Amino acid sequence: MAASVLDHAPAAHAPAKTGVWSWITTVDHKRIGILYGATAFVFFLLGGLEALIMRVQLMKPDNTLVSAETFNSLFTMHGTTMIFLGVMPLSAMFFNYFIPLQIGARDVAFPRLNAFSYWVFLLGGLFINASFLINAAPNAGWFGYANLTENTYSPGLNTDFWVLGLQILGIASMAAAINFFVTIVNLRAPGMKMLRMPMFVWMSFITQTLLLLAFPVITVALVFLMMDRHFGTHFFIPAGGGDPVLWQHLFWIFGHPEVYILILPSFGIVSEVLPVFSRKPLFGYTAMVFSGAFIAFLGFGVWSHHMFSTGMGPFADSFFALSTMLIAVPTGVKIFNWLGTLWGGSLQLRTPLYFAIGMVAQFIVGGLSGVMHAVPPADLQQTDTYFVVAHFHYVLFGGAIFGLTAGAYYWFPKMSGRMLNETLGKLHFWMMFLGFNITFFPMHFLGLNGMPRRVYTYPAGLNSEFWNRVETYGALLLGASFLVFLWNLWATLRKPANAPADPWRGATLEWLIPSPPQEFNFGEVPPVNSSTPAWDLRRARGGPLPEPGHVSGAGIHLPRPSYWPAVTAIGVLGVIGSILLTHAVPHSYAITLTGTAILFYGVYRWAFEPAF
Amino acid sequence: MSQAAAIAHPPHDVPEHPTATGIDSRKVAIWALIGSECLFFASLISTYLVYKGKSLIGPLPHAESQCVLHGKLQTCEGVFEIPLVTAGTAVLLFSSFFVVLALYGAQKGNRKMLIGWLTGTVLSGMFFVGMQVYEFTHFYHKGMGYGTNLFSSTFFTLTGFHGSHVTVGVIWLATLLVLAIRGKLPPGKSLNLELAALYWHFVDVVWIVIFPTVYLLR
Amino acid sequence: MDATAGSHARGGHSHPTPGIYFKVAIVLFLLTAFEVLTFEAGRGGLGPALRPLFEPIVVLVLVVFSGAKFVLVALFYMHLKDDSRLLANLFAFPLVIAAVVIAALLVLFRYWREGVGP
Repeated sequence: MAASVLDHAPAAHAPAKTGVWSWITTVDHKRIGILYGATAFVFFLLGGLEALIMRVQLMKPDNTLVSAETFNSLFTMHGTTMIFLGVMPLSAMFFNYFIPLQIGARDVAFPRLNAFSYWVFLLGGLFINASFLINAAPNAGWFGYANLTENTYSPGLNTDFWVLGLQILGIASMAAAINFFVTIVNLRAPGMKMLRMPMFVWMSFITQTLLLLAFPVITVALVFLMMDRHFGTHFFIPAGGGDPVLWQHLFWIFGHPEVYILILPSFGIVSEVLPVFSRKPLFGYTAMVFSGAFIAFLGFGVWSHHMFSTGMGPFADSFFALSTMLIAVPTGVKIFNWLGTLWGGSLQLRTPLYFAIGMVAQFIVGGLSGVMHAVPPADLQQTDTYFVVAHFHYVLFGGAIFGLTAGAYYWFPKMSGRMLNETLGKLHFWMMFLGFNITFFPMHFLGLNGMPRRVYTYPAGLNSEFWNRVETYGALLLGASFLVFLWNLWATLRKPANAPADPWRGATLEWLIPSPPQEFNFGEVPPVNSSTPAWDLRRARGGPLPEPGHVSGAGIHLPRPSYWPAVTAIGVLGVIGSILLTHAVPHSYAITLTGTAILFYGVYRWAFEPAF
Repeated sequence: MSQAAAIAHPPHDVPEHPTATGIDSRKVAIWALIGSECLFFASLISTYLVYKGKSLIGPLPHAESQCVLHGKLQTCEGVFEIPLVTAGTAVLLFSSFFVVLALYGAQKGNRKMLIGWLTGTVLSGMFFVGMQVYEFTHFYHKGMGYGTNLFSSTFFTLTGFHGSHVTVGVIWLATLLVLAIRGKLPPGKSLNLELAALYWHFVDVVWIVIFPTVYLLR
Repeated sequence: MDATAGSHARGGHSHPTPGIYFKVAIVLFLLTAFEVLTFEAGRGGLGPALRPLFEPIVVLVLVVFSGAKFVLVALFYMHLKDDSRLLANLFAFPLVIAAVVIAALLVLFRYWREGVGP
């Protein structure tokens, strides 16, 4: 094996810093974070486009912009894209960039595994969207209920793309979860006890735990579905003794923790932004930690509130109703602690604060409709109507996306060395806030008045026209707000990179190093004696800290770049993706075998390559 | 990076770079993976139990039933061969014992102990997989295809995934065995074997749950 | 989970000897043998006299004995008895969630009630 190492030796000690190859072989968490962010943002815009097409179709009754079949693919892909290719990887951008910085580490625990996660995510996202090219986009909902997704009712490749795409993406998420879990547990700087970590790191830690525990369940469910579709089993087929409701249980045992996976990172971001822009410590740090942990634990005990209409019986209904109501309590604790943070603070009215406050306010609305769903008799009225659509968009867009946007404005100077334009930022906020609420608030009314979900059109005369039209205008305004953001990004990236290290007077370690940070992050890790180390240093000095200069990285041993993660990711795509072809292409097992060979070869070379 | 080289018997599980917990990151990672796999197998076991007794047609694990063999409906016996599986179970249990001894040898620098017991582990793993392959083939010839009934589907999926985990473990351990034979598994690198051993023990522990649940519950 | 940068890692824990490992192996083997014998007796394979004695306790024996085997392998072979408490918690927490999931699904699918539809 030594011979192969020597083959790489000359290039390895002077790795390329620029150019496409340097990005393909990078194992630097900051670069991987940017890759995640850029890729996720593109997918997010794609998901937004899918939504806009739906909204235009629903603008008036009996519209014919798209067919029912196309509409099915639109809502399926919109949901799948936003969740798995949008919110989760946007969160991953921040996990990647800021977890090591906030805990005072040089990189994550397993840098090559980190790169692997990104490449698998990219390939998985491309795979599932490639379905559009052959007019076989998934079309059975992002939750793929059996037995609609069985061969009898979904004979084409659409559902296969969905099942296999999610399996590929699941591998990316699992690998990243192990990585960040170990990073947070093991790579904290001296002095940074668990209860001194920044809240973003805490919420991310809880999110990684949820990922580790929830994804295996959907993996099993997807395996069962694939076996039913192509290998003759009847896991969810009643004619063979199977029960379609089992799919729902397995899916939602994953699915409910998944929604906490979607929101907790944003909770963490808001818990970073509110203290900094109130110039006050976070109210109730310990309560925030434990409420987050409690939400995660309890999140495994509420899943059947997605299934109140399946006839589980009064005992099950009552149990899940109670557990769902209970989970509102720790969430409420967080809301009150955020308000307590703002209260009496010296509010710095900048863009990150606007988005953070917007997140809190809109999450409250979404939480209230959520608690309404917790009551089974009420839920029987609300389920499958636009009332539910309103609920989850308030928590996922009004909550998660607003939170992630707050993070983007907050951390953009650190990542790029440039300050985003404040005026454009506030314009973005108001357009997004108004557009979002105009789009989604009326859905509460439409839903309670009976408009069902997932319908491609509606007849005139049912009182749906006015609000649907209003919602579409709102959606267009919402879409336009992202154009403002893109304009801001483009104009800002053309400016010179001369932003200060700490433009906001931040409390955490990332603000003590230059913007953007040097490759090794910290020359020397600052002392950590509380959850606000940067504020401590400032207080000790009695004023602003001097601008940190660039320090020499001599003697610092960084992980070496590698292309084996990318190769292994291609192997993963080959093995899983080729199952798609099993019944469509003869001898497709040759592709599976090739994929397996690439996978094994990639893993072996990776394992025997020195990490440094 | 081998500052421990000066010490005559370097502690074997001290991480190369200091960590906040004092435990090597790869060891924490393996335990995180094991925790995750608990949920994977829990979902498979739950499905097996939920569908237990609900098959519409045979063959069944223990009891007689009506099943379709060679195109005809006929009476079939229960398919399980408990003695065979018990033998495989015992071998798998002992393989955990063997790998612990191999690890002990690795940590103490006892090359013979390491290679001998690691070989035993690999062979035991291969025996277990061989037993399963034989068992699956046997069942197939008794009219139990993958999709024949709920019992067959849940059984093959559950034990098949377990068996594939065993196979991955065998490959991993065999790789380490080759390294050990070539003298590349000194005490300073015994953590590499410890990681594989932890995985192996987990695979054994899953079988400790599967064996009674599937084979000994009627 | 203190940030004691590796200070307590240096050989602070004892190691079981091969002798102890061997004893554990024997116990595991015996527990397995008893599980199988209980099963056999419970279905009448060891004679009609033993069947009524063993049949009611089969499930209990299986749960207790396999639980004991699980714990023995975890504590001794996986070294949790002597390793950091963190690792044991890292194993225990998912096990609890897994147990909750299995139990919940059994209840929801009426595992213990005969003749009730899905």
